Amino acid sequence: MDKFSVFSARLVEKGEYFTSGHRACQGCAEALAVRLVMKALGRNTIVAMATGCMEIVSSPLPTTAWEVPWIHVAFENASAVISGCESGMKAMMRKGKLPPKKINFVAMGGDGATADIGMGQLSGALERGHDMIYVCYDNEAYMNTGIQRSSSTPWGASTTTSPAGKVSKGQYTQKKDMPKIAIAHNIPYVATACPSFPFDLMDKVEKAAAIEGPAYLHILSVCPTGWRIPSEEAIKYGRLAVNTCVFPLYEYEHGEYSLTYRPHPILPVREYIEGQGRFRHLGSEDIDSIQERTRMEYEKLVKLSEED
Amino acid sequence: MARPMDEIRWQDLEIGAAVSEHGSSSEYKTGTWRSLRPVVDKDQCIRCGVCWLYCPDVAIKQSEDGYFEADLEYCKGCGICARECPVGCISVVIEEF
Repeated sequence: MDKFSVFSARLVEKGEYFTSGHRACQGCAEALAVRLVMKALGRNTIVAMATGCMEIVSSPLPTTAWEVPWIHVAFENASAVISGCESGMKAMMRKGKLPPKKINFVAMGGDGATADIGMGQLSGALERGHDMIYVCYDNEAYMNTGIQRSSSTPWGASTTTSPAGKVSKGQYTQKKDMPKIAIAHNIPYVATACPSFPFDLMDKVEKAAAIEGPAYLHILSVCPTGWRIPSEEAIKYGRLAVNTCVFPLYEYEHGEYSLTYRPHPILPVREYIEGQGRFRHLGSEDIDSIQERTRMEYEKLVKLSEED
Repeated sequence: MARPMDEIRWQDLEIGAAVSEHGSSSEYKTGTWRSLRPVVDKDQCIRCGVCWLYCPDVAIKQSEDGYFEADLEYCKGCGICARECPVGCISVVIEEF
């Protein structure tokens, strides 16, 4: 449990590679996630970022919030561009044009860029086995353009393109399980993380950077604007998502599942759902069905982690 | 930045709209967005740094005496620091500009 205590915060790396002055909304946990990921990766990093909230807020011309080489590419091809960077740098090092050095190649995207638009290219990059990290910041909708549904939006959430009303209960499909899709590529490392557990997140990023071959990180980033919650509760809702098992923290390393954090006691899903404006219209039986599904999914995961 | 942001014209941009100066967004002061301001009670503060770790805007800085305080030039006033402080020594007050 030690690594989940935040009281050793002062021992964390002091350097900032994602600086202040970015234009993220108040209380944006995604900006916090980017900051923590960059803290864990350090200076020797090249980032390719798909279009999305973090790209928009961090690089309004003529300024940039990044302290590392960074490129903005279209929604689809962050993973393709970073594969090219990795291969190119490897070739230049082999030919002696660059001194050999350990560089972290990181592609970043939101849930839209990862689960919807860039999925084919991500699959290709994972399959080719580049030494790269793909980080997905999952805020469960296209928040940048004004809260449209994505395939990562959970069942029942009201967004502008899945509005709740007399006929509809909001999003009518289940959340796409992106980490499992990444695991299906048989890559060496897949993990889920949440910035409400900063030490766990940074541990996983460091592990992903150290492992040879592709790694995939799925980070739940609470969006106060899109989830309709007060800005100061962004961290609290991340913690609730983990403690209610809606978003379990686990990792998959060389074929073995392990839960990195087992909430005890597991809180009822109601606590996570009730405060959020996007779930405001859900009735008691709807919450029960979410609870049932969450329990089933979590039990499956526990079984997988105990098999190994 | 060599020149103030609002004086830069499109002719001054580099090819491909590349930005050669890293971390230049700190030129832009997001503190003007704020409607609430965090205030630290130094008598209660244990200098743990939790507020610093959780700040999405990198606005909390450690001063020489070890206390963590919000840099009001960048603080957007989200209130996360006050909410997450383990001893509850940060309060938010309404900002008066």
